[in-house]
Amino acid sequence: MSSARTLPGARPGWLSGGLDIPRLLLEGRAFIALIVITVIFSLLSPNYLSVNNLLTMSAHVAVFAILAVGMLMVILNGGIDLSVGSTVGLAGVVAGFLMQGVPIPALGVTLYPPVWVAVLVAVGVGAFVGWINGTLVSRFGVAPFVATLGTLYVVRGAALLITGGLTYSNLRGNPELGNTGFDWVGFNRIFGIPTGVLVMVVIALIGSLVLTRTAFGRWLYASGGNERAAELSGIPVKKVKVSIYVISGVCAAIAGVIIASELTSANPTTGNSFELTAIAAVVIGGAALSGGRGNIRGVLLGAFVIGFLSDGLVIIGVSEYWQMVFKGAVIVVAVMLNRLEYRSKKVKEVKTVAAPAPPEKMLQGTPNQPVS
Amino acid sequence: MNAGVILRAVNVEKRYGGTHALKGVDFEVAEGKVTALFGENGAGKSTLMKILSGIEAPTSGHLELRGKPVRFANTVEARDQGISIIHQELSLCPNLSVRDNIYMGREITGPAGGVDYAAERKNVQELMARLEEPIDPDTLVADLRLGQQQIVEIARALSVNARILIMDEPTSALSASEVEVLFKVMRDLTATGVSIVYISHHLEEAIEISDFATVLRDGTIVAHEETHNVDLDWIVGNMVGRNFDLGQPPASIAFSDVALEINEIQVADPSNPGRLSVDGVSLTVHSGEIVCIYGLMGAGRTEMLEAAAGRVPLLRGQVKVQGKDLNGLSIAERIQQGLSLVPEDRQRDGLVQTMSVGRNLSLASLGSFIKRGLLSGTAEDTLVSQGIRDVRVKTAGPGAAIGSLSGGNQQKVVIAKMLATNPKVILLDEPSRGIDVGAKAEVFGLLSELAEKGLAVLYSTSEVGECLSIAHRVIVMSKGRISAEFDAATTTKEQIMAASGESATASNMNGH
Repeated sequence: MSSARTLPGARPGWLSGGLDIPRLLLEGRAFIALIVITVIFSLLSPNYLSVNNLLTMSAHVAVFAILAVGMLMVILNGGIDLSVGSTVGLAGVVAGFLMQGVPIPALGVTLYPPVWVAVLVAVGVGAFVGWINGTLVSRFGVAPFVATLGTLYVVRGAALLITGGLTYSNLRGNPELGNTGFDWVGFNRIFGIPTGVLVMVVIALIGSLVLTRTAFGRWLYASGGNERAAELSGIPVKKVKVSIYVISGVCAAIAGVIIASELTSANPTTGNSFELTAIAAVVIGGAALSGGRGNIRGVLLGAFVIGFLSDGLVIIGVSEYWQMVFKGAVIVVAVMLNRLEYRSKKVKEVKTVAAPAPPEKMLQGTPNQPVS
Repeated sequence: MNAGVILRAVNVEKRYGGTHALKGVDFEVAEGKVTALFGENGAGKSTLMKILSGIEAPTSGHLELRGKPVRFANTVEARDQGISIIHQELSLCPNLSVRDNIYMGREITGPAGGVDYAAERKNVQELMARLEEPIDPDTLVADLRLGQQQIVEIARALSVNARILIMDEPTSALSASEVEVLFKVMRDLTATGVSIVYISHHLEEAIEISDFATVLRDGTIVAHEETHNVDLDWIVGNMVGRNFDLGQPPASIAFSDVALEINEIQVADPSNPGRLSVDGVSLTVHSGEIVCIYGLMGAGRTEMLEAAAGRVPLLRGQVKVQGKDLNGLSIAERIQQGLSLVPEDRQRDGLVQTMSVGRNLSLASLGSFIKRGLLSGTAEDTLVSQGIRDVRVKTAGPGAAIGSLSGGNQQKVVIAKMLATNPKVILLDEPSRGIDVGAKAEVFGLLSELAEKGLAVLYSTSEVGECLSIAHRVIVMSKGRISAEFDAATTTKEQIMAASGESATASNMNGH
């Protein structure tokens, strides 16, 4: 965790300096919180720590973690994407709509596209929603909060309009029509691990690679840290901005397809308030809402903290109302600790670097003398 | 100075991190008089004024008000003691009306606690009448010209009935007639016993209005005199120092081709719609040549450089690098063509504070260490350590936080970042802003090295001392145009200052 929270490219503090326990605790807080949660709930419930329960909880976490990876990209840029919950619903509905068969009255036939087409179209719709968000924010200068709040309503409305407010049930497909297999992601396990969890791992790995090893990742951190400086360094800040909202939309759509697959049904109200859980995961993972700070590892930890906490509360039978109180408190504490960390880092760096500054040769003469 | 000192700074020192802005200053404000404070950018004038007005606390030393030591925790405490400041940068809320701005934070309230808008409005009208500026109190500040906004700022300072009024560049946006009104108001004020500290880059203007002249250089008071005993040469000489030398331009180089050609460019003024900030500027810089652009605040230097770099659009004209027209190219494409800009405000435009020294340094040249679509860590390390070595950045390492460096070293990181793009032309907007003398000499030494390697170097400055010695040529800008061009080897500081309009306003007023 230590290297995860230092500045990009910095040496981990515990190699150069002494062991600073409070600082380690602060930097590893999400990880520590996850361990504490796991220990407490396994003491309270014998089933909590079983392999099966851990896998089930991980499958729940996967959906939020996928959303949170996209949300992290947006937050790194200093933006926010409130529309992801609605996009989850819309993507599921679009996939469901295609799986139900598309009647074409003019030809008197009903088209049953194969599963992969349904999934691709659903993800494409997510990308389109993201593109709209990104265009509103970067071309028209709408504040991200407002732009994505607008699309939150529009997209939810679109999902409800497509189904007429109903739920598409039974998306298993029909062998005769050759469109079976939609439930594969939701029900299948590979090497005993739910497919959704594997999808999360793949997305997290790609996200991590993009953020740490590609120019795009560097552009994103730079434009989130100081957009003007990034622009003057030749970074296409507007393209970056559009791209991250598209990424966020795609992540949301993938999450939506996974949920529809798990339920083999598509409900237009699915994903309500998921955006808030995703934001919470990003924040608990140590990202700054002002942009420029955060990483995938933190976000995954954040998603697991929230997921394991809420499932644990369900398992030991805490009322839903108390669950909300606990979750809210965790989020507020996380933000307070983030501030503490950024501040302590600032002070520490100034101290450590100011001390060994080498003597300035040019300054050894009296200040008003020629220095050439 | 004998009797009648109302406010005194005693051995005041101020440090910002590694920067030593004030080095033990003893400064006196004469009661009922105008004390002009002269000094170049970075000499510490603004810092001293911030300390006098309670915005900043001194690192050591103290203030004495009417002979008694005082401490101001903030501007409100200073204001309660009768000290008021008119800022160089306007501190108005553009979304509020003139009336609301003037009474911001000290609204006149009625018995029920509501704001007495009528009383505020009446007072504002009186203030405006006194300043001979017919601005309606209900106008939004955003709708005013810059000069009118300055008037509002002055009106606000007057409205608190200050006994000591600090004016930091109050005339920079005012027209000649507005300046005359301001001077009249200042004389009225001093007649009623108000003491004024006056800072201006318009030297002759300041000589005309002031009773005492104090010169600040590199954080120390170098001269203090009654104004009627001094002249322009005395002030300039004390401001820039007789023996300050930034080095020599590389002489052995024969200039080769024209690297940068700017042709009749026009740029709109974003803060004054309909006006131009750059109006028909043409210039050329050869490979291996160092050209300095001198001008006052608002002369259009920054706008011209930013337009060349592609940050703001041109209304007309062309920018060419080695004969290739850059019109329509993005900032990134211009960097590829070999044109790099080191911006004026490195905190706002140059550095990403959330990134390390190394990441900042490599930001503009990521393309040079991408292998198979991925950034190569080793190639980046090589580039970063070479950059740090080349410009001699003093840092704990590439991983250090950028905020941990001194101003001069931060500036070197920005320069190294742009050098890593292998430019043919490098534009530097006020490269010495906010850095100390030693770092200044290093930065200019660097420019000389770059020119020797064949780069075309174009830098801007508002300190006349930085025009000579290092540059081959000096171009003076005033009000968006080029007003003069000098061969740096044969010109004088006075000639340059005269061409910048620094003395123009006052020469109109010499009849008074």
